[in-house]
Amino acid sequence: MNQTLARWLQAPSIIMLLLWMIVPLSMTIYFSTIRYHLLYPDRSGFVGLSNYEFFYTDPSFWPSILNTLILVGSVLSITVISGLVIALLIDRPFRARGIVRVLLISPFFIMPTVNALLWKNMIMNPVYGLSAVAAISVGAEPVNWLSEYPLWSIIVMVSWQWTPFAVLIFMTSLQSQDQEQKEAALLDGAGVWSRFYNLTLPHLARPIAIVILIQMIFHLSIFAEIFVTTGGGPGNQSTNLTFLIFAQALQGFDIGVASAGGLFAIILANIVAIFLVRIIGKSLTV
Amino acid sequence: MKALRKSALALALSTTTALSAWAGELTIATVNNGHMIEMQKLTPEFEKANPDIKLNWVTLEEGVLRQRVTTDISTKGGQFDVMTIGMYEAPIWGKNGWLVPLEFDADYDVDDILPAMRGGLSYEGKLYAAPFYGESSMIMYRKDLLDKAGMTMPDNPSWGHIEDAAAAMTDKASGTYGICLRGKPGWGDNMAFMTTMANSFGAKWFNEDWTPDLDSPAWNHAVNFYVNLLTKYGPPGSEGNSFNEILALMNEGKCGMWIDATIAASFVTDPKQSKVADKMAFAQSPIAVTNRGANWLWAWSLAIPAGTKQADDAKTFVKWATSKAYIELVASKNGWGSVPTGTRQSTYDNPDFKAATTFDEAELKAILSANPSNSTQDKTPYVGVQFAAIPEFQAIGIAVGQQITAALAGQTSVEEALANAQQAADREMRKAGYY
Amino acid sequence: MTDRQKQNIINQLCIVSSWLIALVFFFPIFWMFLTSFKTELQAIAVPPLLFFEPTLENYSLIEERTDYFKFAWNSVITSFGGTLLAMLIAIPSAYAMAFAPGKRTKDILLWMLSTKMLPAVGVLMPIYLICQQLDLLDTKTALVVIYALINLPIIMLILFNYFREIPVEILEASRMDGASTISEITQIVIPLSWGGIASTALLSIVLLWNEAFWAINLTSSDAGTLVALVASFSSPEGLFWAKLSAISTLACAPIVVFGWLTQKQLVQGLTFGAVK
Repeated sequence: MNQTLARWLQAPSIIMLLLWMIVPLSMTIYFSTIRYHLLYPDRSGFVGLSNYEFFYTDPSFWPSILNTLILVGSVLSITVISGLVIALLIDRPFRARGIVRVLLISPFFIMPTVNALLWKNMIMNPVYGLSAVAAISVGAEPVNWLSEYPLWSIIVMVSWQWTPFAVLIFMTSLQSQDQEQKEAALLDGAGVWSRFYNLTLPHLARPIAIVILIQMIFHLSIFAEIFVTTGGGPGNQSTNLTFLIFAQALQGFDIGVASAGGLFAIILANIVAIFLVRIIGKSLTV
Repeated sequence: MKALRKSALALALSTTTALSAWAGELTIATVNNGHMIEMQKLTPEFEKANPDIKLNWVTLEEGVLRQRVTTDISTKGGQFDVMTIGMYEAPIWGKNGWLVPLEFDADYDVDDILPAMRGGLSYEGKLYAAPFYGESSMIMYRKDLLDKAGMTMPDNPSWGHIEDAAAAMTDKASGTYGICLRGKPGWGDNMAFMTTMANSFGAKWFNEDWTPDLDSPAWNHAVNFYVNLLTKYGPPGSEGNSFNEILALMNEGKCGMWIDATIAASFVTDPKQSKVADKMAFAQSPIAVTNRGANWLWAWSLAIPAGTKQADDAKTFVKWATSKAYIELVASKNGWGSVPTGTRQSTYDNPDFKAATTFDEAELKAILSANPSNSTQDKTPYVGVQFAAIPEFQAIGIAVGQQITAALAGQTSVEEALANAQQAADREMRKAGYY
Repeated sequence: MTDRQKQNIINQLCIVSSWLIALVFFFPIFWMFLTSFKTELQAIAVPPLLFFEPTLENYSLIEERTDYFKFAWNSVITSFGGTLLAMLIAIPSAYAMAFAPGKRTKDILLWMLSTKMLPAVGVLMPIYLICQQLDLLDTKTALVVIYALINLPIIMLILFNYFREIPVEILEASRMDGASTISEITQIVIPLSWGGIASTALLSIVLLWNEAFWAINLTSSDAGTLVALVASFSSPEGLFWAKLSAISTLACAPIVVFGWLTQKQLVQGLTFGAVK
């Protein structure tokens, strides 16, 4: 195939994504430099960088960036590690494995808002939630998860949803692993750990890279779980960057400041992306 | 090529659907509250009386509704012909010229609408939203528990009395908590309650020069009292509780007292959803140093965005839904116990209504005693009891609400929380150019 | 104890723990399902009720109040439509990238992924205003196009990885026979990577089915999806937990069942080129 044809074939996707990026992005950049408050339709005008300054000097700014990174980092580690463990556990055939698989991957199909409501009301509620009932039945004091460990509660909810995704992908990759190679290693007397480290892990390098990349995109902008459960609090303990922008744009109706915040979020996302690509880029693509 | 054809086709299809929204079809944005759902169910009655108008309902969660209609109305999106809004939005939007001023003919009897409601939904004397149902706040308490503790509830108790009663009713071993109050952050959640409490302690949101007054001794006193009260006698997890969460606790018999929207009275006395329906009694909101602004005022009301092409049909609908006849229609279908209350004097004068409810007098008294334009001990430049009707308030209320929740959760001291709150409010006010 | 016995015990332990983990993961969903058959009072009972007299009143209420099938149909159209549109754009592109990679192919792919990092809430106003100008508010078209665009990068990434697994020799052989590019795609690339394409599509459908932000912000009465329907059942004043469980069950059921039925396909397809 010649390069010209290749370009033509690639053009639609590149042009569409370029438009999808450029048009809103340039509007966002424009909005970020003007006075634009939905409830003040008559105020307008160029304000320079003051929207940026306002967003940046928000006392929640740095905590929200830290929270975003903690969220992404913890959820990625939890889902990848537990995904690996579970996938290895169910790798060997056993009776009714299909049912186990179906049960395991189901949380991935649940809507994020429903996920959050489920956990908030039926599990984490300190009075009628199941965790409280369990705690009382063994004589312990019920833990008030959402206000004592708000960020960790969110991490649990998100991990519940996304571990199945990791399991799904690792499980399928494992099944394509060369069984003969595995048996040969077993005959050579290789231990469980050495077999995992030398055979399985390299085999899974690429699926792991893909799981991390795809999940990272979603976790940088976690929103529904926070909105439904903690509302970013108490204080700003579970406010991530997306939520901070939401608070500015849709709760404060200040589109100017929210646009400035959106640009901060893009910068952060790209820093994280570059960082990750450095680490896992090798096992991805070429 | 195929992709192009496909999207062209989709485009063509969508144009036809857009055109199918024929004149005479009203899109109404509303919340999922009991009275609103009842109104949806009565759609056929309206369509029977007005055969050339068809109703399309869009039900949204309260916060989402506010955000959707604000985006729509400020960009002149024209997605809705009738919107459900509250007392906070009505004057602000009216001022912006976003709403059609409502004028009705004589048989609507606009003077029958409670004056506090009319006042709160007007801007410069013009009514911009018609109240569908209104509420204030009051104490709902378990008479049986109070009797057992050997105490009584005066009609206008002091906060000190409430603390004593809460202490007497609390029995943590059996999972009974003396008092349940809102703690979930949000300007319409914990701050609605917190503001009324602070008002009664003599506090206010803004000084006359619009500087925030959150670092005043009165706020400190009120928030300290609140945190102390809930920590000692409240249920665990108060930080996540708002109306529904507490309603669930109350109906399960876990709370001794609850101070919240008067509409709750109809839920806690409903044996179908409450275990303690026959044990409830009511009193006016507690008072510390003043009774001004001690109980809030809110109305879920119907407004017509200025951009709609069907203002006349929309008005016909708004008139129908907020009329005396509508209240009688609901009464004839579901009984007087389930009519939307808090809007019209005639409802409270109705002997059938009085006979059907146990909370009518307390509710009316609470609503009549609330005055949005005189709700604080000191003079203030703003209107509103549990909010200040300025565009910045929503953002400020959310930020302050977060701080109060952090203090309640014990993660910051009350002093620190209020200092942070003051700073957040100051930032917003400065940005908006008040000073 | 012989090695064999030891192995056996380990195997049994693995199976037992697999079951335990699976049940723990599934439990919240089971509980939601159970709650949907309770009354509002039973739903908040302390301690929670495991045995109770089931009621269908929540479901009949939903039936009475809303047009479930309209919302479900919108969900089907937008999630399948968005996926189809994205696939039509992505397949030729990914094919070109995989078989005629340039120096910048990898950069382009990563750039594509980075477009997905624009936080939706930061660009709500621009998109809202554009839709309004084009008269696309509250239309399925707007959602289909946006859905195609937000999933395009992920689809490109996965497809690119699949296509690279197709041995170039096969393509060269067909080219010798004078096959055109179109027939090369339709007769060789697609059949050879069918499993991958299908499971990528399934993944995309699942993600779009649950997409909440645009579905709620850009629709009102005509184009609302099931996500919007679920959102409409939250209530600021009044108990709604049992009703919400019922509507959530109804909203999630189609996609969960769809996921279960296509599970085999997903498992075969998502191997990420590990099959040589």
